[in-house]
Amino acid sequence: MSQLEIKNLHVSIGDKEILKGLSLTINQGEIHAIMGPNGTGKSTLAYTLMGHPNYTVTSGEVIFKGQNVLELEPDERSRAGIFLAFQYPVAIPGVTVANFLRSALNARRRAANPDDKGMPIPEFRKMLKEKMDTLKMDHAFAGRYLNDGFSGGEKKRAEILQMAALKPEIAILDETDSGLDIDALRIVSEGVNALAGPDLGVLVITHYQRLLNYIKPNFVHIMLDGRIVESGGPDLALHLEEHGYDWVREKYDGVPEG
Amino acid sequence: MQEKPKVSVTRTRRDSAAREFPFTADSIPAGGLKDVRAKAWDAFLKFSMPITTDEAWRRTDLRLLPASDFMIPSEDAFQDLPAVPEQLLQPLTGEQHGGQITLLPGGSRVELDPDLVSKGVIFTDIRTAEREHADLLHRLAGTIVKPEDGKFAALATALAGNGVLLYVPKNVQVETPLHSVLWGPGVDLAHFSHLIVYVEDGASVTYVHEAASPNETGHAMHAGIVEIHVGKDANLRFVELQSWGRHVWNFSHERAHVERGGNLDWIFGAVGSRLTKNFSDLDLAGEGAQGRMSGFYFTDGTQHLDHDTQQNHLAPHTTSDLLFKGALKGKSRSVWQGMIYVAPGAQKTDGYQANRNLVLDDQARADSIPGLEILADDVRCTHGATVGKLEQEPLFYLKSRGIPQADAERLVVEGFFDPIMQRIPFEGVRERFQQAIKDKLAG
Repeated sequence: MSQLEIKNLHVSIGDKEILKGLSLTINQGEIHAIMGPNGTGKSTLAYTLMGHPNYTVTSGEVIFKGQNVLELEPDERSRAGIFLAFQYPVAIPGVTVANFLRSALNARRRAANPDDKGMPIPEFRKMLKEKMDTLKMDHAFAGRYLNDGFSGGEKKRAEILQMAALKPEIAILDETDSGLDIDALRIVSEGVNALAGPDLGVLVITHYQRLLNYIKPNFVHIMLDGRIVESGGPDLALHLEEHGYDWVREKYDGVPEG
Repeated sequence: MQEKPKVSVTRTRRDSAAREFPFTADSIPAGGLKDVRAKAWDAFLKFSMPITTDEAWRRTDLRLLPASDFMIPSEDAFQDLPAVPEQLLQPLTGEQHGGQITLLPGGSRVELDPDLVSKGVIFTDIRTAEREHADLLHRLAGTIVKPEDGKFAALATALAGNGVLLYVPKNVQVETPLHSVLWGPGVDLAHFSHLIVYVEDGASVTYVHEAASPNETGHAMHAGIVEIHVGKDANLRFVELQSWGRHVWNFSHERAHVERGGNLDWIFGAVGSRLTKNFSDLDLAGEGAQGRMSGFYFTDGTQHLDHDTQQNHLAPHTTSDLLFKGALKGKSRSVWQGMIYVAPGAQKTDGYQANRNLVLDDQARADSIPGLEILADDVRCTHGATVGKLEQEPLFYLKSRGIPQADAERLVVEGFFDPIMQRIPFEGVRERFQQAIKDKLAG
């Protein structure tokens, strides 16, 4: 069983420390939610786990399948089984969804076998259509330029489509609910739930409890000022919805930085 | 982009005597164009070598051009030079050619489908045309591109023994594409070419011309002119590919004259040469004439490509649409300078020009200079010019899906060029450009 183990992670952007000793272990088959107010470092955690070059890890480690993830390039992390659904997916003008996804799948095949000729096109098309159907996406979507002119809902659906096609072992969903109306939220959540199971560990990063009505977490963590300060079961999220973050701030404000 | 400080070096500058071409009036080929050539020769003698204080040459410096070293290839010179690669002779548009011309140093080969001959289509090399179609050739040569257009235009008109005459009679539709290759191997050689494309009223044809050579050590040059006439309601699709070796100094003057209701789809692909200075003018001379110009270029190393385009709206209701896109690597440089001109009275014209550049290395530089000169009051003209870099966020996004850095860069570059590919109706040409992107990125 794969496990993502984050140990005492410290991360800076430039001179500013954002993550200040974050530890968390996610097993395959588990759904974790990280909640917290804005500016507390949730997206920094997501980007750091994926290896964005703007984030500097100053100490700590991230272990996945016996490897130190922090030593891997972003593409190597992806091929190892880590997936990040972006809060703000990037437009790639001139590159279609289909062309992009085929490149991503073929990169996996070639990493496993340098002589691989790539996925046969009919097989790829069939797979893509099936995945699009489960996400209630028009097949014409495959021919559109990736994230270029997509609505908020289309972007998030495209992220889940990629997740479905790439079959990660650990998926990080960064504010996947932001910018979604209730119908889109339901479709995206159903897409995630369809993929969830014993082979997938999920880390849901969210500001609001709303998403957790659709994607039921096993564990809920509260993040504040670059650290996880409270962990519990699903009831912790409900408590947050009722009482907001103020009690957390009061409880932990002024705690010396460690 | 920041201008580098100008450095003036006067002492190492070659003296002007060494920089003149060694050609004389004796270099003028004999044949039916003798008087046209003689006139062009006189014009040539009046031009001095372009220098960077000449407006059109401000960004392209010829001080290192070893003009005095160049010789004109002797008759049959090609027999002792590398042969034209077979792949250059393959069809790029459609299954097979209606005709093919190979222009070689000191020689040429011509093939044309007998069916087209019987329809009155002429597709032959200039030498043959001077013998067999002397009157027609004489009537057309030097009328669209004039010796007065510039030193290299005059030189090519005077000395080009190689070239193509394509003539499509009235209302003849040529279904199979025509293809010519100018193959210019060898060093210290000056290659000259003269293409004349005359599509009569109501006729249509697709023509692909490629200029190419191997990479060699030393220098070579090419000066060419391209004269295009698209008659009333006629249709020409013209693809020009430039794959000169890295040692070639390449100069060309091209002009297309489009009559009422005529349509020109003009595609440029440039990946070769040490230095290129190209003038391409589109004259929309008759009401309702349309022209589309699509340019693809990719430079690397120390290549310098300078494309100067003019879209001249000379009649009402004319439409022009220009898109040039280029990527640059290494210390290479590109220049695109474009002008939309709308003549007085050319009302209801629609002109568009855009130049987009993707600079892949810090030391590469793209200059993009759009221009409008509008002398009519009821027109729609828009233009845009951009110089951008490969951005980090798209690359990170692609890498986060498992795509390695090099492949991610290739995808972004291919995506950048996609709008040009969308304008090219020939799969073979698109594949050539795709291959060029792969080769340039890998090189």
